[in-house]
This record gives sequence, structure tokens and C-alpha cells, in this order.
Amino acid sequence: MNADMLIFFIFVLSIFLGFELISKVPSMLHTPLMSGTNAIHGIILLGGMLVLASAEGFIQHVAGFLAVVLGSANVFGGFMVTDRMLQMFKRKK
Amino acid sequence: MSTLTSIAFLIASVLFIVGIKLLASPKTARKGNLVAALGMLIALFAVLPLLHGPHGTSVSFWKLLLILVGIVIGLIVGAAGAYRVKMTGMPQMVALFNGAGGGAAALVAGIEFAHVTRASSTMFVVSMLCAALIGAVSLSGSIIAYFKLEGHFDKPVTYPAQQVMNGLLFVMSLLLGLAMAAGSHSMVLMALFLVLALALGVLMVLPIGGADMPVVISLLNSFTGLAVAADGFAIENIAMIIAGTLVGSSGTLLTLTMCKAMNRPVTNVLFSAFGKVDAAATDAAAVSGSVRSVQADEAAMLLGVAARVVIVPGYGLAVAQAQHQVRQLADELAKKGVEVSYAIHPVAGRMPGHMNVLLAEADVPYDQLIEMEAINPEMDRVDVCLVIGANDVVNPAAREDKSSPIYGMPIIEAEKAGTVILMKRSMGKGFAGIENALFLRDNCRMLFGDAKASLQELVTLVKAG
Repeated sequence: MNADMLIFFIFVLSIFLGFELISKVPSMLHTPLMSGTNAIHGIILLGGMLVLASAEGFIQHVAGFLAVVLGSANVFGGFMVTDRMLQMFKRKK
Repeated sequence: MSTLTSIAFLIASVLFIVGIKLLASPKTARKGNLVAALGMLIALFAVLPLLHGPHGTSVSFWKLLLILVGIVIGLIVGAAGAYRVKMTGMPQMVALFNGAGGGAAALVAGIEFAHVTRASSTMFVVSMLCAALIGAVSLSGSIIAYFKLEGHFDKPVTYPAQQVMNGLLFVMSLLLGLAMAAGSHSMVLMALFLVLALALGVLMVLPIGGADMPVVISLLNSFTGLAVAADGFAIENIAMIIAGTLVGSSGTLLTLTMCKAMNRPVTNVLFSAFGKVDAAATDAAAVSGSVRSVQADEAAMLLGVAARVVIVPGYGLAVAQAQHQVRQLADELAKKGVEVSYAIHPVAGRMPGHMNVLLAEADVPYDQLIEMEAINPEMDRVDVCLVIGANDVVNPAAREDKSSPIYGMPIIEAEKAGTVILMKRSMGKGFAGIENALFLRDNCRMLFGDAKASLQELVTLVKAG
């Protein structure tokens, strides 16, 4: 089995894992969950860093820089806003 | 990729999985978010050895500095947004962060396309095109969703042959994508492709009503996840593939769950403007009877002598910022020995679970919040049901009137309670734009006025009484 095929295996298994992970979530957690997963796709920041590092020419630099800024806002803002929501979920003392 | 980097990405991926799992339970949710954040931090450091300059050269100091500056700017903007947004504005904030991720995904794909050569594999080119298309749709769609939630569009934007137009645009993007995959590697085509995708995102979300924005944001969230996964394929980063795919599939399931709570197929949300409900048709099905209004003192008395009170909070409560007053009222009633709980409809507020967040902000313990399915069988043993700024989610037409546009949507069966007190600003209609037969029931009393002021009055009266 070649490497591309192996990656494709991981991709398909991840799809099913994603379905399984949130199959029994109470609706009260839907908003934090949406927000939390929103932060996780902020991993695009890695992609932004990689393309900016190897950027050539003005346009690629501008686009790459923008990708890093947007990815960084997604990842940091996402985790912070989710934490702010969740810190309010408390049991009666 | 060195073994160390691989192991770091593996650990990060496992932390994402564990994090999402923990996020799914109220007790561990906060920890889950932190676990996922830790995974992200590890991934961020693990990628550093992979950074390289053009044509495999080592990356220059200035490039690293530029990257760092970009990250810091994003961090400041993100933190400012996350900590300054009001809890009622949470859905908008999530939409913006999601749009940022989608935009980044489209940009990464766009830049990466410049490196395509004749020798590039088809999978490489196709995944890049997917990332560009989905990411750009997610960016422009999220921005429109943001403006809709902010109330900049009064009603869904519709025009003749809208679906045909959108379909044509989609086909054009696909054809252009095919031409590029087949070997037209021009950056001009890539730019045109991105513009088409941005237009597609705008036109897709414009006709959808404001009340359906949560479903749209959830869908665009899973779109961004898929775009990130596609970018992961293009730049061969396994952590991006796993994280993006997990978000894509869990986001899809979440979108379907949300649609199910409203008893509408997802295609109905996306392709038929709900706000288009014929005014004439709803008036024809008008309900007859008279509305009984009530003053605050009588309402306070009804509440004070009840054994069990169930509060049904709706978006009107959030708009009036009255969640603290509700808790005060519940506290005062509890002091008098009244058993108080909150019935939460799955789509109360502007997002599923949004109401829980708002009540949590007012320190309402979450074990007092009862989900719709659990409260309905007990509703006929409830003395007073206090409905605050909710409308469609307690409309009995959903169960009784087959001609109603919300027929089949699960509702909180407030009408079964001994007395229903409905706090509303006016006789206005809810999101669905239809009459509510509950208002005319014999056991229903309307308490008109601003939710915050009325609640404040009730608190004082219950305290005194």
C-alpha cells in the first residue's frame, strides 16, 4: 500500500470517528461544541505558516501573511471564546 | 518529516480527539476545550522544523519574524473579539472566527497552486481546488451570516430564478475547476475561481432567513473543516487532515441534529426561504378567541402560591438581557418553597444550547435546566409555566395544525400546565411569522411589557408577598 492510500485510509477513518465522537451530545452543549470544533480547524494556521515560509514575490507574501493572521485569529479567538462560554457552566454549590 | 515531528503530530491528533470527546459532556467540557488547545500548541511547535524557504532553502530570519508578527496580530484580534463579545452575540463571533479559518484555507490553497507543475499529481491539484472552493464559500457565507445575525437584513433576499442562478454559478465553478485540474495552471484562472466561489457563498446564504443562521454557521463550520483537510492533503500535513476531517464530519452531524430539532430536512433550510411563508395563508388559518392579559401583581400571586413552576426562556429574554432577573425571581420563589426548573427547547436562543450559555452567565446551575423531552411528560403536573420571550417553541400549532409551516416541530407543551403566563412585548409574531394559538387558550395569561422591567417587578412583588 502506498503512502497516498494510507493517508486516504486515515481520512476515511477520521470521518467515522468524527460522527462517533459527538453522537450523544446534549443540546445544551451544541453551541460550545460548535465553537470548540471551530477552534480546532484553526490548525489551518500551520498551513499559513508553511506557505508564508516558502512564499516568493509580493503577492504570495501578502496572501501568506493574511492567511497566518486569519488562522491565528481563528485558533486563539476560537479556544478563548469557547473557554469563556464553558467557564459559566457550574453546578449548584 | 522527522520521527519526533511525526510523534508530536500524533499526540496533537489524539488530544484533538480526546478534547472533542470531553467537550460532549457538561462536566468535562471545559477541560475538553483546554485539552484540544494543548494539542494545538503542540502542533504549532511541531510544524517549526518543517518550515522551509523557497525551493527547499532554509527559512530566513525575516520570514520567521513575519510569521511571528502575523500570529501575534491574529492573537490580539482573536482575543479582543473573544473577550469583548456579549454572550448574546456569541453566534456572530463564531461565524466570524469560522470565516477567518475559511479565508485562511482558501489563501493557503491559492498560494500553493503557484507551485503546481506538470509533474504534480492529480490528487494534489484536486485537493487544492477543493480547499480553495470550500474555504472561499465558507468565508463569504460566514460574513453574510454575521450581518444577518446582526440584523442588517430584514428579510431573506429573494429574486426570480435564484436557485437556477446559484446552480449555474456552481456549475461554472466546477467547469473552471475541471479545466484547472486538467492542466490549465494559470494564476489568473485561480483568482477567477476564488471570485466565483466567494460569490457562490454570498448567494447561497442571502436567501436563508435569520432564524436559520445557526444551521448555516454549523454547516459552514464543517465546510471549513473539510477545506482545512483538503489543504492538509495538498501540503501533506497529516495533523491538518485529521483535525480538519474530524471537524468536517462532527460538524455535519451537528448540522443534521440541529435540523432534526426543528423537524426540517437540511435541504429545506438551505434551499427554500422559510421567511417566504405567505402572509395570506397564515391569516386564513387565523385563530379565534380573546387574549387575557394579566398585571404583574396577579402574576406574582399565581407564581407565589404554586408548588411547581417551569420557566421557558426564549430569545426575547436574551435580547432584554434579563437572564439575571430570571435567576433572582427563581431564587425568591425557591425561598418560598416553590420548585423551580427551566425547560430548554433545543433551538431556544439563536443557536442550540445558546440559552444554556446565557443562563449559565447568570449563574443558573445547569442541573435546573431540563431538556424538552424530559419536561414534556411532566408538564400536566406543573402549576405555572412562565414563558419569557419565547413564541414558536411553545406554539401548539406545531402539534395540532397540519397546515402550519411549523407543523411537526417538537415543542415544549406549555399549554398543559395549570396556568401559562406569557411575558411578551406585544402580540407580535415569532421568527416563523405565524400566529400562536396558545395566546388564546383559557389557561393562558399575557403579561405585556419589557421582559427585564416585568421580571424586576415580579421579583419585588414576590419578595413582598
